[in-house]
Amino acid sequence: MSATRKLDIPKIRQRDEAAKKPYFRSQDDATSQLIDDWQTVAVQKLGEEIRSNRALRVFLDSCVKCGACTDKCHYFLGDGDPLNMPVARQDLIRGVYRRYHTLAGRLFPKLVGAREFTEPLLQDWSAYYYQCSECRRCAVFCPFGIDTAEITMAGRSILDAVGVKQNYIHTVLDNVERVGNNLGMIGPAIADTLAGLEEDVFDETGVNVRFPLDDAGADVLLLVPSADFFAEPHVDGLIGCAKIFHQQGIRWTLSTTASEAANFALFVGDEEKMQTIADRVSAAVRELGVKQVVVGECGHAWRVASSYWPGLIGDGTSTDAGGFDTRHICEFTHELFRKGALRLDQTVHSDKVITFHDSCNVARGSRMGKQPRDIYRMPRELLRAACENFVDMAPDTICEYTFCCGGGGGLLTDELMDVRVSGASPRVNALEAVIANHGVTHMAAICAICKSQFRSVLPHYGLGMDMIVSLHQIVGDAVVLNRQM
Amino acid sequence: MSILLATLLYLAATVFAAGILWKVFSYARLPSRNLLPIAPAPQTWGGIMLRMANEAIFFASLFRANKWTWLFGWVFHYALAVVLLRHLFFVTDSIQPWVLMLFPAGDIAAWLMIVSLAGLLGRRVFVDRVRYISTPSDYLLLLLIVLLGGTGLALRYVVPVDIMATRQFMLGVLNLSPVELPKSTLLYVHLASAIVLAVIFPFSKLIHFPGNFFSPSHNQKYSAGK
Repeated sequence: MSATRKLDIPKIRQRDEAAKKPYFRSQDDATSQLIDDWQTVAVQKLGEEIRSNRALRVFLDSCVKCGACTDKCHYFLGDGDPLNMPVARQDLIRGVYRRYHTLAGRLFPKLVGAREFTEPLLQDWSAYYYQCSECRRCAVFCPFGIDTAEITMAGRSILDAVGVKQNYIHTVLDNVERVGNNLGMIGPAIADTLAGLEEDVFDETGVNVRFPLDDAGADVLLLVPSADFFAEPHVDGLIGCAKIFHQQGIRWTLSTTASEAANFALFVGDEEKMQTIADRVSAAVRELGVKQVVVGECGHAWRVASSYWPGLIGDGTSTDAGGFDTRHICEFTHELFRKGALRLDQTVHSDKVITFHDSCNVARGSRMGKQPRDIYRMPRELLRAACENFVDMAPDTICEYTFCCGGGGGLLTDELMDVRVSGASPRVNALEAVIANHGVTHMAAICAICKSQFRSVLPHYGLGMDMIVSLHQIVGDAVVLNRQM
Repeated sequence: MSILLATLLYLAATVFAAGILWKVFSYARLPSRNLLPIAPAPQTWGGIMLRMANEAIFFASLFRANKWTWLFGWVFHYALAVVLLRHLFFVTDSIQPWVLMLFPAGDIAAWLMIVSLAGLLGRRVFVDRVRYISTPSDYLLLLLIVLLGGTGLALRYVVPVDIMATRQFMLGVLNLSPVELPKSTLLYVHLASAIVLAVIFPFSKLIHFPGNFFSPSHNQKYSAGK
């Protein structure tokens, strides 16, 4: 019996007349407003991008069209649309880059695939740069590491510049700017929710597990995605974290102003907004006087924290850092586990067989611990510690080869449901194999987007939405609470 | 004809060298603000060296991606390297013994080059995904290198040319005093295709070398973990 099931590579199909697109809006209202001189602005903006970003320039120049990436994208595997092949997605920009910014493209456009930036091409951009979840799986297989995520980010920033702003991402960005978190939860609402959680946990366990908010003088600031305050199964992960802090007697806190781990500005390549959102965290660190920021279960938040914070606000690893130490919640919990301090009771999960979905931004865009592969080892060791029945999915679908859930990178919006469902198929395919072969009952994840996405799409495949769980829900449920504080 | 080819060789060498230097400098000058390594990424410079060497020498990522493309691509690059080394015969003042020893290997390499190019071309034509992403220049570059290798093989096996005289011509070019090149249409075509290839190198996808060394996916490291 094997856990692997061959995933068929689809034959490329005729393109749809109208490819699936998200909703767009302008700054002020809910309609997309393409500016009049969009072509000039777009070409100019592309010029700025290639002069300010080495990665983009190298990636646009270096592709040899070898085809290594063509069968690696989950959206292509899901729907066979040729423009969902990573290189074809890149070529939407590469053609324009060649036409307006390279000698070969100006002299021999037809020969080298250079293209006029026409409105139909812009329409393709607006569709296919929003059928990419910036998961970077293609980059793992590219001989030059060409990262389609960088190209998609550039494409989206140019779309933004000409007035084609994706509604979902920009609504979220407005919320975080206005209130401090993606979901627009104001301080009192967060306080209410946390009080409710304390009651729930007390009712369930008889232990007074606290969920402190804005506790100046706490040692640890837990930075969670705002979905963790109420969405299922996210909130169970937050409860799990609280139980661990409680068991370990660690003084921790959440923050009203830094009530969001996510940084959606990454998805549209807006470095200014990335800075603004990151600044909220360093401000909260100063205000609360915490020594450590622990980033909760949010995939791209950890990519931002481990890869962008060093440049934005410091991450405690360099000397000019803001003086606080940054950990992923899995690193944090794993250290407790490694020291033997974490007391877990596996029997609560004896009816479960668990597998782990590596979230793309963690698995391909971050680090944990001292060894490169600790990002894969730590979450698995935690799950094994909490549940004796753990099974991995097929090797070519986990760790650095993990498939995106299908809803990442700003695609977690209802109007893209068809894209999200078909994009989830490679992951679901691997999940179905371990269900059939090993009786897997639950799939744990460490990303709010993954969790929301799977809750929505698993039922489309005849699987229960409750299969998807938070890693710290599994660990938290096994935490032995025998100490009153 | 000798003067024309010599002139073009000078021109091509200039464009080739200046073009690549210009590209390398422009890449080096561009800002690279963000950490973009593809995980699992090393946390030490030694680890980065290993990773880059593994990519440059063994084409590690391509091997994971597609065994056929890797096979044809890897064989092509190494065969090309052997063939190029053998061509040192034509451009060094004293003939190095190890270059002469490379001659038998060079013969095999030349054939392997053609076969692997055919493989790459075949993938481009017959695999629907690769066909979809191919532009005319992708085919033409392959055909140009086939022409270069093919004329080279023909010069060796079909219509041999006086290689000592050819060597004198190349040395003359290098010493800025070109002499007469043996009359051979095949040789003219061989040299012309080399000239075209050198001229388009910096302006085409062939710039993946040295571009690959500038890829942040592979050349960046994470700060050491705690």
